[in-house]
Amino acid sequence: MIETALVIESLSCSIGGKEILRDISARIGVGETWSVIGANGAGKSTLLKCLMRIHTGWTGSAQLLGRDLASYSQRELARRIAYVPQPGGDQRFQFTVREFVRMGRYAYSGPFGTAHPGDSDAIDSALKRSDVEVFADRTLGTLSGGERQKVFIAAALAQGSEILLLDEPTAFLDYRHQAEVADILQSINRESNGTIVTVTHDVNAALATGGHVLALRDGAVAWTGTTDDLVCEETLGRIFGATFRFIDDPVTGLRLVAPQGAAR
Amino acid sequence: MKLYLWLALFAIGSFAVLLSAPLIGPTLVPIDAILNPVPDDPAAMIFWEIRLPRACLAWIAGAGLAAAGMTFQAMFRNSLATPFTLGVSSGASFGAAVGVRLGLGTAILGISGVTAGAMAGALLAITIVYGLTRLRKNCSTGVMLLAGVAVNFFFSSLILLVQYTADFYDTFRILRWLMGGLQLVGFDSPLQVLPFVVAGSILLAAMVGELNLLTVGEELASSRGVSVGRIKTLLFFATSAMVGVIVSICGPVGFVGLMCPHICRLIVGLDHRRLLPATLLFGGAFLVACDTVARTAFAPTELPVGIFTSFLGGPFFLWLLLRPAGKGTLSV
Repeated sequence: MIETALVIESLSCSIGGKEILRDISARIGVGETWSVIGANGAGKSTLLKCLMRIHTGWTGSAQLLGRDLASYSQRELARRIAYVPQPGGDQRFQFTVREFVRMGRYAYSGPFGTAHPGDSDAIDSALKRSDVEVFADRTLGTLSGGERQKVFIAAALAQGSEILLLDEPTAFLDYRHQAEVADILQSINRESNGTIVTVTHDVNAALATGGHVLALRDGAVAWTGTTDDLVCEETLGRIFGATFRFIDDPVTGLRLVAPQGAAR
Repeated sequence: MKLYLWLALFAIGSFAVLLSAPLIGPTLVPIDAILNPVPDDPAAMIFWEIRLPRACLAWIAGAGLAAAGMTFQAMFRNSLATPFTLGVSSGASFGAAVGVRLGLGTAILGISGVTAGAMAGALLAITIVYGLTRLRKNCSTGVMLLAGVAVNFFFSSLILLVQYTADFYDTFRILRWLMGGLQLVGFDSPLQVLPFVVAGSILLAAMVGELNLLTVGEELASSRGVSVGRIKTLLFFATSAMVGVIVSICGPVGFVGLMCPHICRLIVGLDHRRLLPATLLFGGAFLVACDTVARTAFAPTELPVGIFTSFLGGPFFLWLLLRPAGKGTLSV
């Protein structure tokens, strides 16, 4: 029984001569929920891209499910880790939702793009779990930002991976779609013990998700712990370089964070 | 199911064009002369020895150029990426011109020095243009087209240099061939091009899943399990070999790779499992049809087919550039 999904040891990454990540270490257990938080440009997205091997020029080591990450082929990697990119890029492709979700099955396809026997079940279940069945035959270009984000999550689910990496999954979404995406992720975590790593700059989103936090500042680990311990003025100030106030939600009992301004 | 019907129609239509085009010309060949051959019938000889080989060459070249255009469009995620607009045809022309200048016409293992030069030139051009577009993080249509224009200028000047140093006879040969023509007798040329286009198409067919994912973006493609670097290298070699061999025989016939994949995307959609066969069949028939017009419109003068495809392709290119994005567009 493997208990650690990902062990990252002194990962450093430079892009174009600029150091983006410096000596990152973390230990992510199977079935855990992690929020990677930090200010803009702290290296959060780059960390996900290094783990997904979209960026390859990093140093240090990582163990994925007890095996060296470098020993995985890209196809094997895609069967273990799925990735949902930051929304807002050029994502209005003229593929239908079903076609796009089917592409998530690439890692299982045979030569000449032939289908795997498990494909149609995996696609149907992914469409269902992300609640996008109703527009399965529409093209991505005709969907709203929130609907499209759920389709991207469906495509990642179709990949059938144990670990899900998401880059700002609720940025730019309205409240209803934020809540829906949060529900989908929670159900993946609860029902199939999926390990979920979410990059966000929104502390309240991280607090609502719960679980573990990896905070980055200027490419290095600034703090790590659980969301319960995150609600501390000094800690948050150190991570974001801003001052915060806290409000207790009388209904849920959760603490909310209200930013006050830049730290002086 | 409807799509398989479409593909069947494409196949039937494509071969109908291929076989009927050789009947048309200054001398009309009656079908009877082909079905019930009489010895030493001049009409049948025109059909079998002049027009059919020419139609076959046009078909193979058209299919290859269209498939290369489709591949570039997937890799650059842009409908305006083609062998012609990216300067790959210019690179191939330069390589071939060097081959002609150095007198490397003799073939070794079926590949003449001219053909090998054209393939190398194509590979060089696509590497340069891809490298240029990668310098910018977000490659816009403008950056890509300007990179193509720059590569075109660069290789055009090199072609002029080769012509300048060549004697009168070679200069004329290079010039005529740059117009893009299909004048030939017998099946030697079609047979020379065929293996490369077949091999290239099989390689592309093996990578339809990868082509689909490259269309949605390289980062997403790697996250789905595509070894992006290796696949791109393979695609560069496959397309360079196809474009190189076609250009070395037919000259830089332009815009086939622009028009055919686009029309096919409008009909069968973006999925390369269907788009590749549709593009090959349509591209083949398209160039056969263009060549038939080119050699009959001003009969008895035969226009080089490249002049005619550019005549159609220029306005088509402008239309693609200026129209609002819609169906068949790679991304908005």
